[in-house]
Amino acid sequence: MIKQLLSTEALTKTYTMGDIQVHALRGVDLRINAGEFIAIMGASGSGKTTFMNLLGCLDKPSSGSYILDDIPVHEMSEADLTVIRNQKIGYVFQSFYLLPRTTALENVELPLLYCHKCSLHDRHDKAMRALEIVGIQDRAKHFPNQLSGGQQQRVAIARAIVNDPVFLLADEPTGNLDTHTSIEVMAVFQQLHQQGKTVILVTHEHDIAQYAQRMITFRDGRIISDKLNPNPRIATEDLKHLPKLDEED
Amino acid sequence: MSVFGIIRIALKSLTRNKTRTFLTMLGIIIGVAAVITMLAIGQGAKRIVEDQVNSMGTNVIMVSSNFSQAGTARQAAGGGNLLEVDDVEAIRDQVDNVLYASTVYNTWGQLKYEGNNWRTGIMGVDADYFFIRDMRTSQGELFHNSDVENGAKVCVIGKTVADNLFGDVDPVDKIIRIRNIPFTVKGVLVAKGQNVMGMDQDDTVIAPYTTVFSRLLGQRWRNMMILVSAQSKESIMMVQQDILNLLQARHRGTTSEEFMVRTQTDLADTANSVSNTMTILLASIAGISLLVGGIGIMNIMLVSVTERIKEIGIRMAVGAGKRDVLLQFIIEAMAISIIGGILGILLGFGAAKIVGDTMKWSIDVTPWSVMLSVGFSMVIGVFFGWYPARKAANLNLIDALRYE
Repeated sequence: MIKQLLSTEALTKTYTMGDIQVHALRGVDLRINAGEFIAIMGASGSGKTTFMNLLGCLDKPSSGSYILDDIPVHEMSEADLTVIRNQKIGYVFQSFYLLPRTTALENVELPLLYCHKCSLHDRHDKAMRALEIVGIQDRAKHFPNQLSGGQQQRVAIARAIVNDPVFLLADEPTGNLDTHTSIEVMAVFQQLHQQGKTVILVTHEHDIAQYAQRMITFRDGRIISDKLNPNPRIATEDLKHLPKLDEED
Repeated sequence: MSVFGIIRIALKSLTRNKTRTFLTMLGIIIGVAAVITMLAIGQGAKRIVEDQVNSMGTNVIMVSSNFSQAGTARQAAGGGNLLEVDDVEAIRDQVDNVLYASTVYNTWGQLKYEGNNWRTGIMGVDADYFFIRDMRTSQGELFHNSDVENGAKVCVIGKTVADNLFGDVDPVDKIIRIRNIPFTVKGVLVAKGQNVMGMDQDDTVIAPYTTVFSRLLGQRWRNMMILVSAQSKESIMMVQQDILNLLQARHRGTTSEEFMVRTQTDLADTANSVSNTMTILLASIAGISLLVGGIGIMNIMLVSVTERIKEIGIRMAVGAGKRDVLLQFIIEAMAISIIGGILGILLGFGAAKIVGDTMKWSIDVTPWSVMLSVGFSMVIGVFFGWYPARKAANLNLIDALRYE
């Protein structure tokens, strides 16, 4: 039986800039099941980033409802949303957003520090395990400025999964990376998906969206297409066909 | 998130940015140290003045004639020979609570001993004088009442005089010439050093007033002073008034303005007001440096929080609440203020000690200067750590994340 992970109904978001009202979202209805790999696409100004912010509880909708894991998130206070962000959602950002002068391991531990339920003792083990999953455990003691872009993004992904969230939300995770590294990062997402994680990817690159199973396209604050991708590309296969690059370090 | 956990986060964050942490602390360190040192110097100076005034005796009363009137023409202060030796007897016998009273004549003269000579002040006194001023000898002995009664040609000399006339020779029982009149040196006084006004108290010769009066004073300048010591500090006001009444009664037709009856406390008040002015001056300089230090703390706190808005955004995105962020910044600010405050206190003590040692002053670090400076720095540090952090924590999360 497929479990419904989240649903939105008539979700809108309106920004007021001076006297002008900007309708960034004009009513979005969407259902996402657990275990899906979804790409959200659209040009800039289409509302996809606003929608991602609402899904990630980084922002509150102007109207409409958003149910996440059977919780009506749109009714929650800022303090409760903090707990949701910590427990239910793992973020991966375009420019990684790692804390500077802080080791990879400490960056990954960060969500656990703000987690009420987590014990202090297994924090270190959990963070190491997350780094192992993304294959970067040998860089645990490195600082972000000693890591390449691809490695930094892997650390960011490890941070996103360390608290075992219900879904991963990636905002243009390959936007700052070259093609080869982008596909490597997509391979990590596909691997996590195979292990049962729900992944929601926001991108404007059509190539990258091809790795997802379901593609949702936004335009002018509405969903204009929502279709399944019957033959997603396999990142590990693509890597074999790419010309071998110099080992990054 | 437990407070303990946030303390860990805050301390870790401080050690991660050592330069920034140190620069922030520097403002507090300098502000606190400056206030402590300045006030310590001021207090030290004040205490030196007080000590010296006290060492002269707090129960001493000086009586002199202020000015006298010949017909309607006022003469220069001390110009008239209003006081008499009989007045001293009268004060000693008739005023209650008087311990000692002594005639004092002051004059100048050239001293000679073999090839050396020296010019200094000469005092003619009663034997009581030594008790009033608490004077002792380091060599030889003082002269006695009998010497005063007989008009003996004896004297005691101060250390400066002994050094200049005798060098390494023992002055006791040697004969010196004061204005060519031979005097036997009976003793050398214990050195007292400079007084409040910077005068050398050891540059003096003391002889019986009878001898000084008959041998050394001229006919015109016989200005005399009376030195009295009261039983206690408390009775001094009464004794002062009684002396004034007695003198007026004894000298018919004089007004109270013609006598000057002063106490050491009057002198001490003058000296204190001087040192208070100095303390206020130093305190205002210290206050300015504390203010400048405070502005420094404020600036670096504002800047450091502003440059960390993105960090705040990241922390909040992974689940830090507003309270967590605020608490972290307040704890960071407090840690900086406390450590900076402690270093400032140590530096202040050190600087005060160095100043004290080089100036040979007793430096007094007052607890309230420590509390004032540390309190002020802490309030500034915590407020300007908290205020921008609150602004950042209240920012829209997305704006904080996108902040460049």
